Amino acid sequence: MPNLAFDTAHLLAGGLVLISFMLLYQDRLTSLLNVYALHALVLALSVAWQAHLQNAPHLYVTAGLALGFKAIIIPVALRRIIERLGIHREIETVVGIGPTMLAGMALVGLSMVVMLRVTAAATPIARQDLAFALAVVLLGLLMMVTRRNAVSQIVGFISLENGLNLAATGARGMPLVVEISVAFSILIAFIVIGIFLFRIRERFDSVDIGALDQARGEQR
Amino acid sequence: MNHFVVPPQTVPLIPLAAAALLALLPGYRLTARLNVLATLATLLAALSLLFEPHRPPGPYLLVDDLNIVFIVLNTFVGFTTSVFSSSYVGHELEIGRLTPKYLRFYHAMYQLLMAAMNAALMANNIGLMWVAIEVATLTTVLMVGIYRTHEALEAAWKYFILGSVGIALALFGTILVYVAAQPVIGEGLQAMVWTKLVANAAYFDPSLLNVAFIFLLLGYGTKVGLAPLHAWLPDAHAEGPTPISAVLSGLLLNVALYAVLRFKMLMAANAGAITPGPLMVTMGLASLLFAAFMLYRRRDIKRFFAYSSIEHMGIITFAFGMGGALANFAGLLQMTLHSLTKSGIFFAVGHIAQAKSTQRIDDIAGLTETHPWLGWGLVVGVVAIAGLPPLGIFMSEFLLVSSTFARAPLLAVLLVLGLLVAFGALLLRLNGIAFGEPRGVNHPVKASYGPLFAHLVLVLAAGLYLPPLLVAWFQHVSQLLG
Repeated sequence: MPNLAFDTAHLLAGGLVLISFMLLYQDRLTSLLNVYALHALVLALSVAWQAHLQNAPHLYVTAGLALGFKAIIIPVALRRIIERLGIHREIETVVGIGPTMLAGMALVGLSMVVMLRVTAAATPIARQDLAFALAVVLLGLLMMVTRRNAVSQIVGFISLENGLNLAATGARGMPLVVEISVAFSILIAFIVIGIFLFRIRERFDSVDIGALDQARGEQR
Repeated sequence: MNHFVVPPQTVPLIPLAAAALLALLPGYRLTARLNVLATLATLLAALSLLFEPHRPPGPYLLVDDLNIVFIVLNTFVGFTTSVFSSSYVGHELEIGRLTPKYLRFYHAMYQLLMAAMNAALMANNIGLMWVAIEVATLTTVLMVGIYRTHEALEAAWKYFILGSVGIALALFGTILVYVAAQPVIGEGLQAMVWTKLVANAAYFDPSLLNVAFIFLLLGYGTKVGLAPLHAWLPDAHAEGPTPISAVLSGLLLNVALYAVLRFKMLMAANAGAITPGPLMVTMGLASLLFAAFMLYRRRDIKRFFAYSSIEHMGIITFAFGMGGALANFAGLLQMTLHSLTKSGIFFAVGHIAQAKSTQRIDDIAGLTETHPWLGWGLVVGVVAIAGLPPLGIFMSEFLLVSSTFARAPLLAVLLVLGLLVAFGALLLRLNGIAFGEPRGVNHPVKASYGPLFAHLVLVLAAGLYLPPLLVAWFQHVSQLLG
């Protein structure tokens, strides 16, 4: 009995890290979006479990937001965008899959070492959530660095943001969690649905960031 | 005096209401004037805060001797920039770079940015501070991309990616601070209230605070434009509308630095935690030296001054990193004067770029002959930013160098090297831009000289005579910063 709460939280948070790894090696945009939807779904479950454990009903709002907005609306919107742009092609990665995975493992190891060492005073659930959250954040950063396509960079960023949500809900009783997740959702919504992709497409018919990297006459 | 006093909430709320109003109203003349009026009202509200004793801090907002310096500076430059902006966007509308629809968007975003920055400066809650800085980032990203050219979109994208990574790291740091505070203060809102945190910081777990501070320094440091996280800054300055460059350099970088300072004070209250000073000194010096050498290779006038902003933010971060009453005093003075001078320079540069239809330094020459007011204004501004007497920045840099020589001579040598290298680059380029045979096209511009010369006069006055009241105030704040 004593550890059902902890084990479930552990399973969900660990699952999030695992799915972050799965994101790293997807080489097609459509499958990338599917895996991302799974990522958001696991986050929603994890947050809901925390809401149940901490008896904090407001966290259900964050969980609902993760489920409705991140697991459904964002993937659907991104899929429509890539369909309209006709880019179901492969993702060009800057670094190969093998080195990326190795780097990912090193980052996860790093976050375990750092976070478990400094959070000795925190509760076990908060401890493991923070360690896993840092791993998800770092893997998201890694993904943003290794991808050149605007859509996969966005996916990297929102998976990173899922890690932050995990950390915020794991820290027991943290205020403003809902507000912060709403603020982040607004940021993502702004970026995803509108401005950048539409403008980039309108101007260049391409969402490859490499195509944007134009010499400005003084560098490179 | 008491009936002039307004509640502190008005300082962020006035621009917020103005943003909603300006989003709905059409027409250039009306909205540009309303924009100026709203920033003026915000400035007056901020000034009224000076005349009342500080209220006890609430769970969300706080006004103390430190942030009121930032708030007054912020609202003042916000006001002068809106005056400059109204003549600037008038010209942009005429030549068709902005459409009326985008202008409405621009004004709403300008006010939203002001509201977000004022909220970040007044926040007594580290969560609220984070949200406010995030909103400020979002609005500036949108404004940088407003011209929708190839380069503007690239700049906005780069800024968005680096800026969001920065604020994401800062959020992780904020969460860690809460985790450190929670066992001591207890769950809930109180464990995010800055005044509570500082009062109890001595009992926090030092190792957790250390990790938190690294995240916060990297996160907010990205927004300050510290090397090696500065890559977004020159692009964002060069490609957006010039009023936004002025506000970015003069204000937003300060707001991010203010956040770092708040957390530095938190670290100082815990005896077991690392001292943040050496980290800030290293990042500051690296930014200064890097930007000083990069200045020589710039071909775009707005990018040129953007690198000069990196250089100055480096100096200011260095000063606050050194700490102690004298270096902090120099840092505060440098920050205030840099904001005034750099936004003044951008006012001049904005009209110069309009007059010459280009931002390429090579195509601009002999401005003192063709546009004497703008040309000489720029000369005074650049002389000030280079740190020549009798203008104010000479004094703050002199204070900083002399206090550093007394404490760490080796660092002082590097500091002086950076200052001299930047000085050379600034005067070299100024010579080409302001003097010699005029080149290229010359359009007439309806420039607004008021904001430019108001800033320059203030900087000159600060160099000649600092009122004792101001000195006492800054000395007091320097002591607070520790």
